[in-house]
Amino acid sequence: MNTRQLNIAWVILILATLATFAIGEIGDSLGIAGPLAMASLLVISFIKGRLVALDFMGLRGVKFFWRGLLLGWLLLVSSLIAIAYWIALK
Amino acid sequence: MHRKLGQIKAVQGHAGDTARMDTSPDTSPPHSGPAASPPGDLAIWFFILAELLAFGVFFGAYAFGRAHNVELFNEMQQTLDRQAGAFNTVLLITGSWCVARAVEAVGRSRSATGARWLLAGIACGGGFLVVKGFEYADKFGAGINLSTNTFYMFYLSLTFFHFMHVILGMVILVVLWVKTRQGAYGPADMNSIESGAAYWHMVDLVWIVLFPLVYVMR
Repeated sequence: MNTRQLNIAWVILILATLATFAIGEIGDSLGIAGPLAMASLLVISFIKGRLVALDFMGLRGVKFFWRGLLLGWLLLVSSLIAIAYWIALK
Repeated sequence: MHRKLGQIKAVQGHAGDTARMDTSPDTSPPHSGPAASPPGDLAIWFFILAELLAFGVFFGAYAFGRAHNVELFNEMQQTLDRQAGAFNTVLLITGSWCVARAVEAVGRSRSATGARWLLAGIACGGGFLVVKGFEYADKFGAGINLSTNTFYMFYLSLTFFHFMHVILGMVILVVLWVKTRQGAYGPADMNSIESGAAYWHMVDLVWIVLFPLVYVMR
């Protein structure tokens, strides 16, 4: 992993964090509320988690099995949260 | 002639390997395929997976707990300091980046640079603990505890579980910093620093899910 890739990953992660914060602060006025906000937050969270796993943890050049375990964990947790959110809407 | 054919076959073999490296960075040597195991000691990765499993169960419990108390959770979430949560996210991400830069520097035999990046990572972790400490002091000062309601039971236990992981991660980083300053690691001996770094990144990864789930989603 070279420094440029690490720096780009860091910038994207910071911007994504600002996006998450903005959804919490002004999401309602932007029309990003309810299920749309939940979906946006989970997508941002997955993108961030993927960058940490692939670039910071150095799994990008490793066999898919290991990447699959971490990305699978992210997908599983996101799915559980989405299902629970959907149940709460009923 | 035979030698030339052999060279052509070798080139074709390398091209095949490269094609299989679907997402590999262009920094990898063209003749090598994906690494069989992740950076660091394999044992730390099993530990990381166990930790992720525990946090995954915790997140699921929180999400389904919320499903049965939506109004309470949405109301109580408004009492949290979202700015502090976002700032702590920035601190952990930056700390993770610093440690990744440290590993990269040590991999190029630049221990002094690596030690400075590790120190920056430790400072970010310390900043996280201070901010979280103020958040806890604010809540405890308002008389909030584990038995206040279901939301705060989850909030306090989940964030404190993570808080303890940040402390453990910082202890590991301090050990790595001391050893890196002594020049104990280098391109031929990356196992310890890569293992410690992987654990620190796991602490970051967990918070990346925790922050939107607990502080933002409603």
